[in-house]
Amino acid sequence: MTSVAAAQAPFDASHARPVSGHRLQRRLLPWLLLAPSLLLLAAFTYLPIGRVAWESLHDKPHATGKTLFVGLGNYTALFADKAFTQSVANNLIYAAGTVPASMALALLFALAVQRATRFNAIMRAILLFPSMVPLVAAASLFFFIFLPGVGLFDHYLAKLGVRGANWLGDPDVALWSLIGITVWKNAGYYMLFYLAGLTTLPGEVLEAATIDGCNAWQRLRYVIVPLLAPTTAFVLVIALINVLTQVDHVIVLTKGGPSNSTKLVLYYIYEQAHENFAYGKAAAASLLSVSFLLALSVFSLKTMERGAHAAS
Amino acid sequence: MTAETGSLHSASLRSGRRRQRSALVVAGLMAITAFLWSTPFLWTLVASFRPETAGGIGMASLLPDYIPTLDNFRNAFESGDFAVYYVNTAIVAFGILAVQIVTISLAGYAFARLSFPGRETIFYVFLLQLMLVPPILIVPNLRTIVDLGLYGSLAGVMAPYFASAFGTFLMRQTFRQIPRDFEEAAVIDGAHWGQALWHVLLPMAKPGLIAFSLVSLMAHWNEFLWPLMVLNEPRTHTLTIGLATFALSTEGGREWGLLAAGTLLVMAPLLLLFAIFQRQFVNSFMFAGLKG
Repeated sequence: MTSVAAAQAPFDASHARPVSGHRLQRRLLPWLLLAPSLLLLAAFTYLPIGRVAWESLHDKPHATGKTLFVGLGNYTALFADKAFTQSVANNLIYAAGTVPASMALALLFALAVQRATRFNAIMRAILLFPSMVPLVAAASLFFFIFLPGVGLFDHYLAKLGVRGANWLGDPDVALWSLIGITVWKNAGYYMLFYLAGLTTLPGEVLEAATIDGCNAWQRLRYVIVPLLAPTTAFVLVIALINVLTQVDHVIVLTKGGPSNSTKLVLYYIYEQAHENFAYGKAAAASLLSVSFLLALSVFSLKTMERGAHAAS
Repeated sequence: MTAETGSLHSASLRSGRRRQRSALVVAGLMAITAFLWSTPFLWTLVASFRPETAGGIGMASLLPDYIPTLDNFRNAFESGDFAVYYVNTAIVAFGILAVQIVTISLAGYAFARLSFPGRETIFYVFLLQLMLVPPILIVPNLRTIVDLGLYGSLAGVMAPYFASAFGTFLMRQTFRQIPRDFEEAAVIDGAHWGQALWHVLLPMAKPGLIAFSLVSLMAHWNEFLWPLMVLNEPRTHTLTIGLATFALSTEGGREWGLLAAGTLLVMAPLLLLFAIFQRQFVNSFMFAGLKG
């Protein structure tokens, strides 16, 4: 294109000025088009990272109101805070409880409803619906579902002769109740990616496996799961991001309690910043979360293109 | 020969029957799972139309063994300002989307059609934001919003989302799939890039735009933590904040029917949208992966 324009220029000397003006405009155009997005990304993604990094190294004690450089002081205070270390531990349990379970269910669901029948269309919609509603709405339903004694859970468990628990009030149980909500909410969403992944599987490989005498389990274990690895990596990244960024149900149902048993890292950050005004600690914890996501993104940028490709 | 084909035939019939039986078992298991999966919604539906009972007795029943009443919805509307929450949520969700469509179309066009130094690097700057989802940056972003004088306003809730890396990525992919001939024809006819984008590319990018719109609307309709931090007055609250406040206040009063009705009010528009656009939803979310 440019070479054509350059070749034409000498023949059209009278237009020399407009052409160079046009060229300047062409050179500026991409930046003009990108400017709004770049400004906004800078203001709300990249500068904030710099800001938390800076704030995590400073403190502004109420007594003096002066900002002081405290080095790694906020980080040592953070790790000395039992509530924080417990929130990290909780987050690890929460990840171990939600990620494999919701992904395994997602794959099973996808295998079960992959054929395009009317029955399966309804099944898909039902499995997908929890992921369409706000987490806050899900949480407010589970207020009643988990209600000790008269709640939906205990009511029907009693009919089966099973004694319920204090689902949200017992420190040994509450985190698992939230894990249950999360698995229920996310499995259907992850199912979508496995459904997309399954359509890309080469049919002849599956047939060959069947002819070679593989049973359903062997087909799944040795053919389907390995072939779906890119999808699994993609879903894993999304699931891990969700583990770190979704705390609406904690805010509504437990506020991190009882005795910090459901305090997740983001809830801790929210609490430090919004209720305790401990911005230094909140910033330090935020930066650690951001670092984790950045590390995750290095892993995922490689798998994302493949995953996105498989998903489309 | 005939005996052989006959036995083959009966063998395939047998395996066919076995497959049929296992398909039935799978369907049965799926039906049970689907029932369990949908019980929270079934309960909401049944409980929200249930007349008030003393102390919540019988509230757990999934059977609609009553004469339906709209009292719970009426009470929810009276005690919860749901009309205000609806308007605020709609302003936030559609306001974000409107600005996003402009920013992502322009940036997507630049990445898809223009060549400039540093294009790859800048594209990675965009992609990285897919990982750094906004909730992780609520603390510094809130301070930015305060600095900008937007604290407490709906604009403050919307501002961090006006640019979308995901949307830019999606528009770039969509534009790239459109053959260049179409705009070149327009440009030869004397159109400049803006006209080519508006009259040629955007109409052809409709599927991508619809996919993005559904994902974006849903993400921001459902959002809770960020608006909770930015908005400080009930008259600016969104549905999710309203519902959370409502849930915390009804918990003490044990008015479960009221809570069910309130929750249903929040979910209803999504339910409706999902019913209408189910196909697009499934495709969009498969495409999306990372939300809005």
